[in-house]
Amino acid sequence: MWPLKWKQREQKYRQARAGFFEAVKLLDRRSFLRVAGRAATIASAKAIVPPHSFQLVDVLGGGLREKPAFRFAYLADTHLYERTLNERFVRAAMRAVKDINALKPPPDFVLVGGDLAQFGQPKELELGKQILSELKAPVKMVAGEHDWYLDLGEKWQELFGPPNYSFHNKGVQFIGLMSVNEKDFWTERKMTPMERMNTVAQLDSPLQSRFEVGEAGREWLRQALATVPNDTPIVLMTHALLYKYYRPWNFWTEDADLVQEMLFPYRSVTVLHAHTHQMLTHRVKNIHFHGMLATSWPWPYAPEGLPKLTVKMDRVDPFDELDGLGVGTMDVYGSGYANKHYYLWRRDPITVAKAYLESWGKEAIPPAPEFPSY
Amino acid sequence: MSKGYYKYLLVISFLLVACFLLAGFRQQQLRPQPEGLASVVDRGPFSAVAQEKRELPRHSPAESDRANLIVQLCDGQTSLEIPGVRPGEVLPPEKARDVARQMMVKYLEEQAKQASKWTKQDRLIWEREQQRKIEEGYRLFHDWKALGGTIGISCDMCHPDAADTHPETYPKFQPQLKDVAALREMINWCIENPMKGKPLSCDDRKMIALEAYITSQRKGVVLDPGKH
Repeated sequence: MWPLKWKQREQKYRQARAGFFEAVKLLDRRSFLRVAGRAATIASAKAIVPPHSFQLVDVLGGGLREKPAFRFAYLADTHLYERTLNERFVRAAMRAVKDINALKPPPDFVLVGGDLAQFGQPKELELGKQILSELKAPVKMVAGEHDWYLDLGEKWQELFGPPNYSFHNKGVQFIGLMSVNEKDFWTERKMTPMERMNTVAQLDSPLQSRFEVGEAGREWLRQALATVPNDTPIVLMTHALLYKYYRPWNFWTEDADLVQEMLFPYRSVTVLHAHTHQMLTHRVKNIHFHGMLATSWPWPYAPEGLPKLTVKMDRVDPFDELDGLGVGTMDVYGSGYANKHYYLWRRDPITVAKAYLESWGKEAIPPAPEFPSY
Repeated sequence: MSKGYYKYLLVISFLLVACFLLAGFRQQQLRPQPEGLASVVDRGPFSAVAQEKRELPRHSPAESDRANLIVQLCDGQTSLEIPGVRPGEVLPPEKARDVARQMMVKYLEEQAKQASKWTKQDRLIWEREQQRKIEEGYRLFHDWKALGGTIGISCDMCHPDAADTHPETYPKFQPQLKDVAALREMINWCIENPMKGKPLSCDDRKMIALEAYITSQRKGVVLDPGKH
C-alpha cells in the first residue's frame, strides 16, 4: 500500500502547490498571511521534501512591489568534454540553454560564467560555442581556469574575444574581468601544457598558485573604472570569487583586497562569480557577492571560511546526477543591487534578495536546508 | 693423512655445495616477479619499490660538553663519554675493550627496561606502510584511468580532499541501495555510475588503498555510524 499512499500524498501536494502559485500571482500585503498559511500546508503535505522550499522569501524580500530595471540570466561551469568521451555534461549544458530560452520575460543577456570546457581542449571549447549559439539572448563570456591553462587562453580568446571588457546596460555598468590568472608554477617544474592544465583542473592540487586578477588586470580595471561616475551601479562578472573563502581549493583570490579597494568608492557594486559550484552569498561594505550554480556537478562547502551571510543549499543527493545544479537569473534594480534567483533543477527555486544583503542578513532570510552539510 | 679424513672432507664439501644450491633456489623464489599495475599496489615493505624510497637510518651525532670523546653504539642511541680522551685520539686496545664492555652492559640494561617486544623499527614500518597505502589511494582517487573509469571523471572532482565522503558515518542505511551499506559499497557505486567503470571486489587492494586515503582525511573525527 505504501506506493499508493505516497501517490495520494504527492497528488495532494501538487494540487496545493498549484493553488499556492496562483495565490502568489495575486498577492498583496493583506493577503500575505493567508498565502503563508497555505504554504505551510503544502510544506506539511509534501512531507518528503524539506519544508523550507515554501517559505515566502521570494515574495517578502524579493521586492515584488518594486519593479526590476531589467533581468539577465546565467549559466556556469559546464565543464564540457569531447562528446566521444563524455556526454553527461553536454546534456546538462543543453538543458541549461533550453531553460534560459524559456524564461519569460526573456533576459537582456546571458552570462556564461567560465569553465565552459573541462581540459581546455579546442574541441571542447568549440562544442561549447556551438551549444551557446542556441541561446536566443546575447551571450557575455568570462574565462575560467579550465578554459585557459592548456594554451593560456589562446583558443578561448580566438572564439570569444578579449577576457576583460566593459559595457553599459540600462544605467548599470557591467564589467567582465579575467580573475583566474596564476603565478607561473609550471616552467620551473618543466610541465607540459597538458600537465599544467591537469594541475589547475585538480581543485585540491597543492602545486598550483592561487588565483589573482594580477597587476595587469588591476591596471585594466583601474582604467575601465576611470570613466565611470561613482553613483553608477557596477556589476562585475568573474569566474573566481574576488574574496577569500578557502585557500586549499582555490576558492580564493590572492589580490582580492586590492580589487575590492578599487570598488569601495562606488555607490553599489555586485560581483557575480562562478567556480564554487554552490549557492554562495557574501557582502563586504558596498559590494554584494553572489555565486552561480554549475550545470556539471556541485561542490561541497569548504570545511572552513564560509561567508557568514551564506545560507547553504540543501545537501545534494549523489544518486541524482542533476541535483545541486541549475541556472539562475539576476533581477537588477535601480539601485544596481539585484535579487539573485537560483533555479535548482531538483529543488524549488530559491531567491537571495537584495534586501537580505542590504539588511546584513536580518530581513528576507533565504530558506535554510534541514540537513546541514557534513 | 689417513683415508678416513678424506671421507669426512668429501661429506662436508657435499653438504656445503647443497647449502649453496638451496640458498640460490630460495633467492630465485624471493626475487620480485614481473607484475601488472594491480599488483604494484600490493608490494611489501622490502620490495624494490619500497627500498628505493626508504631513507637509510641516520644516527644523530652525540656531542660532549667537555670536548671528550663520545663513542656511539651501532643502535644509534647508546653512547658513552670517555673522560680525558679527545675526539680523534686512538684508544689503547685494553682501554677500547673496556669501553666496548661498558657499552654492552649499558645497552643490555636499556633492553631489560623495555616492557614491549615492539621496537622503534616496528613503528617505523607501520607508519611507512600506512603512508604508502594512503598515497596509493590518493593517486587512484585523482586518476580516473587508474581506477578504471571510462568517461574522464575522477573521485576528486566531486570530493576535493575526500570532502563529503564522511567515512565515519558508515555503515548506514542508504535508501537508494535499500540496505545498510558500507563505505566500500558507496565507493563502488561511484565507480560504476558517475565514473562508468567496473566495481572493485571488496578486498581489492585498490579498494583498501582508497579507504586508507579517505579515512586518513577524516582522522580524529568521532565515529558516528548511521548518521545522515
